[in-house]
Amino acid sequence: MTVQATRHIQISLTVNGYRSTTTVDARTLLVHHLREHERLTGTHIGCDTSNCGACTVLLDGRSVKSCTVLAVQADGAEITTIEGLSGPYDGFTAVQEGFRQCHGLQCGYCTPGMVMAATSLLTDHPDPTEEEIRLGIEGNMCRCTGYQMIVESVRWAVEHPEPGRGG
Amino acid sequence: MSLVGARVLRKEDPRLLTGGGTFVDDLAPARCTFATFVGSTEAHATITSIDVRLALAMPGVIGVWTAADLVDHPDLPGGFPGLERPVLARNTVRFVGEPVAVVVAEDRYIAADAAAAVDIRYEPLPVVTSTEEATSPDAPVLFPRHGSNIATVVPMLDDLERDLQRCDQRASLHLVNQRCAAVPIETMACLADWTTEGLTLWATFQAPHHLRNYLAAWLDVPQTQCRVIAPDVGGGFGSKIVWYPELFLAPLLSRRIRRPVKFSQTRSEAMVQMAHGRDQVHDLDVGFDRDGTIKALRFVITQNLGAYPDPTGLGLAVLTSWMAAGCYRIPKVSTSFRTVVTNTTPVAAYRGAGRPEAAYSIERIVDLVARRTGLDPAEVRRKNFIPPGAFPYETHNEPVVYDSGDFPQALAECLRLLRYDERRAEQATRRGDPGASLLGIGLSCWLEIAGFGPNGSLEGFGHLASWESAQVRIQPDGSAIVFVGSSPHGQGHETTFAQIASDELGISYDRIQVRFGDTATVLQGVGTMGSRGVPTSGSAVKRSSANVLLKAKKIAAHLLEASEHDLDVADDAFFVRGTPGKNVSWGDVAWASFQPLRLPPELQAGSLEDRLYQESPNFSYPSGAYGCVVSIDRDTGEVTIEDMVLVDDCGTVINPLLAEGQVHGGVAQGIAQALFEGVQYTAGTGQPVTGSLLDYLVPTAPDLPNYTAGRITTLCPNNPLGAKGIGESGAVGAPAAVVNAIVDALAPFGVEHVDMPVTPEKIWRILEEHR
Ligand code: FES
Ligand code: FES
Repeated sequence: MTVQATRHIQISLTVNGYRSTTTVDARTLLVHHLREHERLTGTHIGCDTSNCGACTVLLDGRSVKSCTVLAVQADGAEITTIEGLSGPYDGFTAVQEGFRQCHGLQCGYCTPGMVMAATSLLTDHPDPTEEEIRLGIEGNMCRCTGYQMIVESVRWAVEHPEPGRGG
Repeated sequence: MSLVGARVLRKEDPRLLTGGGTFVDDLAPARCTFATFVGSTEAHATITSIDVRLALAMPGVIGVWTAADLVDHPDLPGGFPGLERPVLARNTVRFVGEPVAVVVAEDRYIAADAAAAVDIRYEPLPVVTSTEEATSPDAPVLFPRHGSNIATVVPMLDDLERDLQRCDQRASLHLVNQRCAAVPIETMACLADWTTEGLTLWATFQAPHHLRNYLAAWLDVPQTQCRVIAPDVGGGFGSKIVWYPELFLAPLLSRRIRRPVKFSQTRSEAMVQMAHGRDQVHDLDVGFDRDGTIKALRFVITQNLGAYPDPTGLGLAVLTSWMAAGCYRIPKVSTSFRTVVTNTTPVAAYRGAGRPEAAYSIERIVDLVARRTGLDPAEVRRKNFIPPGAFPYETHNEPVVYDSGDFPQALAECLRLLRYDERRAEQATRRGDPGASLLGIGLSCWLEIAGFGPNGSLEGFGHLASWESAQVRIQPDGSAIVFVGSSPHGQGHETTFAQIASDELGISYDRIQVRFGDTATVLQGVGTMGSRGVPTSGSAVKRSSANVLLKAKKIAAHLLEASEHDLDVADDAFFVRGTPGKNVSWGDVAWASFQPLRLPPELQAGSLEDRLYQESPNFSYPSGAYGCVVSIDRDTGEVTIEDMVLVDDCGTVINPLLAEGQVHGGVAQGIAQALFEGVQYTAGTGQPVTGSLLDYLVPTAPDLPNYTAGRITTLCPNNPLGAKGIGESGAVGAPAAVVNAIVDALAPFGVEHVDMPVTPEKIWRILEEHR
């Protein structure tokens, strides 16, 4: 086999409101960049086939699986990770508080990705039905909860709208 | 107000909801290196050569090690004599993915490149993946010196042939309880840092003390120099109490290269390297009378162990045979089992570990009896239930004495929530309408063995002991720290154990902290498995807290110049009963407890702490009645779960919110086994078909239904909480409910059984035959 010489590229990201300019190996996945270079370890990795959604972050406001994006592809983008959320519930957003109130997490490993996916869902659909919630988090796996309490958590957030969120 | 029984919100959540949790791969000490395995690409082969030169030459590669470098070290612990597993494959590989070499590099990208550059040549050997193949007379043998692929055999003393013949009718079933993967969303990861002080190993593991005990022995260092920490653990379900090679190699390599070594699996690696579960084949014979009374049951189990017997893997069939008769009074029960090695990933515990297999089979059998007698499945169950007055109930196996239960009540509650009669009527109507989807109703009155366990029970799986430890320590300000030996992976120990301690001590919930998962700070521990958290560990917390309170009352009485017997404790203070205004705060008592001049003569400074090891006189036996209603699309064979009713009896419930969460999660895994999941290998080559999450169908939210939970309560007499455990219930009870519903829907076509996972394709083929 041939070993490719690595190529380093300068990128500039705004992560959770802070701008940073760094040089990355061209093949670095965004999730690894966030976890290992920005040291934002709340974004997790659960697979290598884009199935689990543990790595979900917001890129320019839309949810993406950060394991399927190269760091260089995110150049110039604004990224929000779980660490970047804040809201009126003792610092939590309604989605985070919904997960707390409705026991939407057990081991917590899928949770940051779930919360980001749900946050994105509610931005697009402020009042989803149960089915729409289930479909909205379809790209995220949870092995602990069986999903019902996650769905209830998202419903809790719907019923407790935050000023400035969605409709 | 009692906190036990209250829907208290979790202490764990704020950190986990903000990205503040600490999972192993989040840790990155200075100069940390990354280890990756080179896994076997063959299922069974002789290794003819390993060439590491190209890998070693890559910039950033620190080293590559193979079995040849480990000759001074023993095989992995807990092996079966003659069938031990080497840390890295030695001469022979026995399953695809088996680690052959380990690469350590500056980061995970370089490590992956280098692993791909290691050139291993194999001479293929014939492959067996199923127990049928592995036990055929001319089967290739995985361990030639052992001479056969059969590891253990427990024969039948009486094959019950005469009893079966004496019954009005008999029936048999051949059931495959397919291999499943646990798939915790966090894969295996560990980080070893060997400094001049000794080793610290962070590992995503369910039993850190258990690991410490074996790791120190394997490394030949005193336990004082071997600290194991399980930080936040992203799910386990049994797959994180297994002796994986990385747990031993990362420490060894850290010592050799004098740098921290991290290992963190990709999911594709995890699918072949983390232990699988289930994989039993059952041959069942049942004898019964025309009125549905079951008289005799013969239950023959074949366990696929995978390539190397795991200590838990060897025990699965024992638990299955113990629970073979479920919640029924069957006069004659005979069981036997054998365990068999094959060229597949090793099999170990997976949520329920041997009990889901038992519950599935007995519940399928009861439905078959109903079918053959023409009786309602609920009626056959009621006819054969162990009556509520018969406890403690001795079973066909001496160590198994059911503690308590009320099976008729659980079933009645399940039928009520299911609107059973109404749904049966609807089913009759729909059956008459060829345009309507097929409706099926399935019941599962399951029973399992939990609360591990009585002395001797976990020792059989290689554990130090079967107790669990707790230590309660009062701080000088009257807040409390509770240390527990069982280390959680999502169960919510910080919350439930604080509830128990708060009730017992009269210290508020917010002033109690629960600590675990670190062998340097927690006395001794066993671990979190076998639904033992609340019954065993929780009971330890309760008793230890009570012991502390006794001493605290002495101090309070001394300070108040009252009798300790007249004191009540609540809301962080001690009150003299009947004397309003005479009280002292917990904080004052705690402060005084460290001041010898303020103590009663019988107590010394620092008395307000207690440690104990909770032993259990017997197991606990959680039970329940689950009901499932499915509709099946006649054109596509697609199954929709319309209703899933879950009536549980886990004895005392500490926190209904968390208990319900445990049931939901277990049921989701049970439904997944019934409908979606199954690890598959290509016969002949042993190549995994389900090697990633693209092919192994872990359900997501749209795939699963809402659950209707119910509850009955019979207390467990074997622990001071009266709790039975809840962690595995859902996974034990759900598969039979779903499959019974599907088979019921297909009854008009004469179908008596369909093996799991019941895919739309399997159903479609059945429907095609009858079009
Ligand atoms: S880690 Fe990104 S989808 Fe699984
Ligand atoms: S809470 Fe454990 S995977 Fe979702």
